[in-house]
Amino acid sequence: MITLTVNGQRHRYDGDPDMPLLWFLRDELGLTGTKFGCGEALCGACTVHLDGSAIRSCQMPVSAADGSTVITIEGLSAEGDHPVQQLWRSLNVPQCGYCQSGQIMQAVALLAENPNPSDAEIDAMMSGNICRCGTYPRIRAAIKEVAAKGITR
Amino acid sequence: MSKLQIANVSRRSFLAGLGAGGLVLAVGFPHAALSEEKKYGADGMPGGTVDNPQIFVALAEDGTVSIVCHRSEMGQGVLTSLPMVVADEMEADWQRVKVLQAPGDEIRFGNQNTDGSRSMRHFFQPMRRCGASARAMLEQAAAAQWGVPVGEVRAVNHEVIHRTSGRRLGFGELARRAADLPVPSQEMARLKTPSEFRYVGKGETGLVNGHDLTTGRGRYGIDVRLPGMLYAVVARPPVYGGKMVSFDAAETLRVPGVIRVVPIDSAPIPSGFLPLGGVAVIARNTWAAIKGREALKIVWEDGPNAVYSSDTYKTVLEQGVRRPGKVIRVQGDVDRALAAATTLIEAEYYAPHLAQAPMEPPVATARIVNGKAEVWACTQAPQGARDLVAKLLGLPVSDVTLNVTLLGGGFGRKSKADFVAEAAVLSKAMDGAPVKVTWTRTDDLRHGYYHTVSVERLEGGLDRAGRPMAWRHRSASPSIASIFGPDPKYQAPFEQGLGLINLPFAVPNLRLEIVEAPAHTRIGWLRSVTNIPHAFAIQSFVAEMAAAAKRDHKDFLLDLIGPPRRIDPASMNDGFNYGESPQQYPLDTGRLRAVVERVTREAGWGRKLPMGRGLGLAAHYSFTTYVAVVVEVVVDKDGTVTIPRVDMAVDCGPVVNPERVRSQMEGAALFGCGIALMSGITFRNGQVEQNNFDSYLVPRMEAAPRDIRVYLQPADDYSQPLGGVGEPGVPPMAPALTNAIFAATGKRMRTLPVDAGLLKTD
Repeated sequence: MITLTVNGQRHRYDGDPDMPLLWFLRDELGLTGTKFGCGEALCGACTVHLDGSAIRSCQMPVSAADGSTVITIEGLSAEGDHPVQQLWRSLNVPQCGYCQSGQIMQAVALLAENPNPSDAEIDAMMSGNICRCGTYPRIRAAIKEVAAKGITR
Repeated sequence: MSKLQIANVSRRSFLAGLGAGGLVLAVGFPHAALSEEKKYGADGMPGGTVDNPQIFVALAEDGTVSIVCHRSEMGQGVLTSLPMVVADEMEADWQRVKVLQAPGDEIRFGNQNTDGSRSMRHFFQPMRRCGASARAMLEQAAAAQWGVPVGEVRAVNHEVIHRTSGRRLGFGELARRAADLPVPSQEMARLKTPSEFRYVGKGETGLVNGHDLTTGRGRYGIDVRLPGMLYAVVARPPVYGGKMVSFDAAETLRVPGVIRVVPIDSAPIPSGFLPLGGVAVIARNTWAAIKGREALKIVWEDGPNAVYSSDTYKTVLEQGVRRPGKVIRVQGDVDRALAAATTLIEAEYYAPHLAQAPMEPPVATARIVNGKAEVWACTQAPQGARDLVAKLLGLPVSDVTLNVTLLGGGFGRKSKADFVAEAAVLSKAMDGAPVKVTWTRTDDLRHGYYHTVSVERLEGGLDRAGRPMAWRHRSASPSIASIFGPDPKYQAPFEQGLGLINLPFAVPNLRLEIVEAPAHTRIGWLRSVTNIPHAFAIQSFVAEMAAAAKRDHKDFLLDLIGPPRRIDPASMNDGFNYGESPQQYPLDTGRLRAVVERVTREAGWGRKLPMGRGLGLAAHYSFTTYVAVVVEVVVDKDGTVTIPRVDMAVDCGPVVNPERVRSQMEGAALFGCGIALMSGITFRNGQVEQNNFDSYLVPRMEAAPRDIRVYLQPADDYSQPLGGVGEPGVPPMAPALTNAIFAATGKRMRTLPVDAGLLKTD
């Protein structure tokens, strides 16, 4: 039996322990905000926070999350008003939006670790998250603006 | 976006779908008189246009205005921009507007085929009329209620005001009375003047679904969940035209969660949008289906395309373009002019297959209840998908509901309904149970509809003064038409019209030829389509000629474009013209010149840069829009290319949502960077060699231009034709980038993607 806390709720699971956390979140819990993009930790669409760190949930067996606390995009903030989410909206970052859950989760983790990242640090930390629409310039701008305002919480 | 089922045709169900208390404004302009003439624009498309507010607008008594968007949202912002047009003309307050996505129904909504950069181009004016007639009805309703002449009242920001008395009625209070009013004449429904626009041209509304897209609440095709839903993945023939001979599912059926294994017929070549066939694994969750598929043992028969390998095919194309091809356009005598030229330049350009690789792979869900099918899909072509499902299930089209979800990117892949058809076929096999078919990334890359592969050969002649006197272009690429019928082996007229035949250069001697190129895989649309290879070759060759003539590239390009003139597409043998009227949409070289002049001025063209740093220029007309790009590159000693800055000048006519036009251009710049620097699909023995984003490379943030500046040419007359936006930024990117690499290094990159190894200097 695997036990984990997702967005503040405890869940027990006795299915296939190899099931990636991604599919557990999406298919078993119905938390579809976390996206499938590659299945091999190459694109970052599935990024969630596991005990505070950004991880690729498509490559993490649900058994490895046993006893852990997971935050998904749905649990990042109650009203969708995390400073990163707000900046994302005010700069109209999303195009299709599909990768943005992962981008936001990655950006939040980046800013928690490094509240004032340089351009190179932003690029390095965000280059695991692919966006085919090409929203990178606005993602950079949004991260820098959050950092400049010092509201990374 | 919560209600995806605004469903079918009856007024009642429409009302119900919009929620309680909604009143439909029962009006509509009579359709334009039927004409025997050739139809252009949306009128030439299935379903044409509909501008009836009864179809698109519902007003609730609480004042909520619901506006239907009938085009697919895939990142271009149409879910915001098109309803915004209706709201503006209607004087509705955007804060009180709800947007609903239409299901696939072109009889009801007009054409829904979301491709060709034409949502706004085709539907701006119909949506204006739709909003204006709704406004006229609300004004009439208020005037009637007050017993005053309609000329004394005016709708302003969600209410109607009586000018002399100052009385006011909110839109919601007028809903019931307005719904009972007769159809206003087109004169009554006066369109706003641009100075009256509240939202159009401003770009200040934000994204209507911005909150959803930043909180994980956006519902894409992959997010559909239905009671009792089953999950499927499909093992498809590794080679196009191949089929399954036998399979052993014993191991698969032992995987916990796997329910059944279902063979799917393989359609013979050309398979159009039919499923590729193979073996489906049906399971209780996606993971079990994936694991079950890994355990399948399948014997495939590859068929004739097993011979297809990219390296040998490149040679086939190269040999092809070195012989005379089929002549599609001539002016003057190019052979004589080449023979008489002082300087001859020749070059061949290669561009590989590409995959659209939208971040959301193809996914669709279907169920069949009481003999009626309901489908949810991230499709760019809802009606086409609906028709295909109906055909495969043997149902009348009216018994198929096709719900359109958000698309996690499309780029042309989701115009093809093969994945939707799979869901329908599998639901039928499972006695109508809801089945979601998910394509993994590897499925997406290995079983796609690929952007064509191409070799373009150009030969040019300069006279003693360095003026271009001769231009011969031979173009070889397999045609998209090959998936629908016998392989034409030559580019179809529409592919020629994507930047090949409509070359707007003032060269006295010119000959354009197409060369035989049989298809060995499914060829499909990809953002801007054959404009990509055509513009890459042509705009690279202009730079090569300029260098040979020892002239500034910009000056040389402007001379080639020649004086401002409006070229009739027919005079260039272009019968395609993006489906648009040649009178409304001639190729205007004045506008092309203007974007070149604008972008070079803004980018500081001609500024001196150190070795290893350079500026490159390209300009291209596509989808009735003019784009010129200047790219600045830095090439390191190890061959790494970085892009400090991209300048893009765009003339797409009147701009509806400048903020989203800019975002599309930024996206096009990134998309073009990928094409130029890293992306490529290759085949060996008929199979795609790329499996995932570690072998099919696409731009990541580290590769993104540091600074993208977009300049929109002013166009204040909103009665003028609009240009496309989603695609036209892409074609000039790759040549501008490789021209910049040449400026930085003196090395000419004629093969895409650029091999950084060739740029190493240490």
